[in-house]
Amino acid sequence: MNRKNILTLVMLVTLSACASTPVQPWEKGVLANPDMAPESSPLTSSLDDHIYFSKEGTSGGRGFAGGGCGCN
Amino acid sequence: MKNFKNLSVALAGATACLSGVANVSAAETLDKNDFGNWDIKSAILFYNESDRVQAIEPVITATKQIDTDEFLSFKLVVDSLTGASASGAVPSTEAQTFSTPSGNDSYTTPANETPLDPTFFDTRYALSASWVKPISRFTKLTLGSNFSNEFDYLSLSSSALLAHDINNRNTTLSIGVSAAFDTIDTVGGIPVAFGRQLPEGQEQPRQGEEDDKAVIDVVLGVTQVLSKDSLLVFNYSFSQADGYLTDPYKVISVVDAASAKPIETLYENRPDNRTKHAVYTQYKRNFSGNILDASYRYSTDDFGIDSNTVDLRFKYRLNEQSFLKPHIRFYSQSEADFYTPFFVDGSQPLANNSSSFATADYRLGEFTSTTIGLEYGRDNVRRPWSVALEYYVQSGDEPDNTFGQLANQELYPDVDAVMLRINFDY
Repeated sequence: MNRKNILTLVMLVTLSACASTPVQPWEKGVLANPDMAPESSPLTSSLDDHIYFSKEGTSGGRGFAGGGCGCN
Repeated sequence: MKNFKNLSVALAGATACLSGVANVSAAETLDKNDFGNWDIKSAILFYNESDRVQAIEPVITATKQIDTDEFLSFKLVVDSLTGASASGAVPSTEAQTFSTPSGNDSYTTPANETPLDPTFFDTRYALSASWVKPISRFTKLTLGSNFSNEFDYLSLSSSALLAHDINNRNTTLSIGVSAAFDTIDTVGGIPVAFGRQLPEGQEQPRQGEEDDKAVIDVVLGVTQVLSKDSLLVFNYSFSQADGYLTDPYKVISVVDAASAKPIETLYENRPDNRTKHAVYTQYKRNFSGNILDASYRYSTDDFGIDSNTVDLRFKYRLNEQSFLKPHIRFYSQSEADFYTPFFVDGSQPLANNSSSFATADYRLGEFTSTTIGLEYGRDNVRRPWSVALEYYVQSGDEPDNTFGQLANQELYPDVDAVMLRINFDY
């Protein structure tokens, strides 16, 4: 799958989501669970990001790629 | 009503994850009316590569709610590294002696082994702060700053993230900007591009004591509630780095055109700017209390590195207070345009030729990596904790242009690591 196809697929999924029936406030009990936050384990994420930043050629995506250490 | 308010915080977390300041998101687990108390979370990572790097990295965050939907957070990280790191030089049928980065000492790599620089050690201290403040009923601003220091590296950064809820709070739009300024004060000084590494005690080819770089990141994000038990995150990110992007501690071997035996060692040189684009999408779904967290990232840059990352976690609830969370991650990248595992004598650039680029750093080569892990934890208790054990392995294909003695050497050995992580909330 080339780059353009991947982007198109992701955009379609995102846009199709916007077209669905809005979830009402009283239906959001499950979503309110902290486990459902996109970043539900920030410490774990930051440790993982640092490992992969120092071992691989790509960083960022979820958040800022940044710099911050001399490990890469 | 409380759940609705919590969702708003959860969505703030959705956008806060864009900030790259992880402690911001710690706010999302605070009770909405828990004014005045600090919420303290900690973790420690033990990282161990076979025969290479060992690291211990404790981290602690403190978050305080200072008003409705307004949070202040601090994070401290200490990162202690020891061990050996691949220098970029190729193995040989004979033992090889290399100068250390300072040029005042040397180390010898036995025959037929990958040269590892054994002087790899460092302790990094990083302190970050963030402030989440609502600026209207549906809009939040997150300001962050970060200071990180190690004996040869200093990094300062600031970030701002604006998140706006629309569509009955089912959609959060966000834009974030970060600027980082890093200074590297290389042990022994900044090497001359493709300068020849000289024996210990001699004056190494240097072009100054320190150099710097600036990195600007922009992240655009959409977080969309898909249903009452699922949501989707989509981010586009752009990153521009300018300045000194070379690794001053990495070298490239020049090998004899007939025997392929190393005859000299040169310092590498990379371009002084890099532009990256990435798309990241994350899907979370709750299945009767068990939570799927799946993400995909595609990244491309003008170094020539394209990468794909798939990350899957599933939090399986054993009972009300404990869980198991298996984790698997696949990563692959293409090699940088200027990656070369060695130079054949006669093809190497002249010293000081800073318009030519080459690196033998395996991290800029083509490889795949896999992470497999399992976490056990207790939550919904007064002091939640968890323990995770993960295994990471990185594998690259051997170059197809080897000859002579290099044809019998392993130029791209697997790198594997075991990681133990303990999280504890106070």
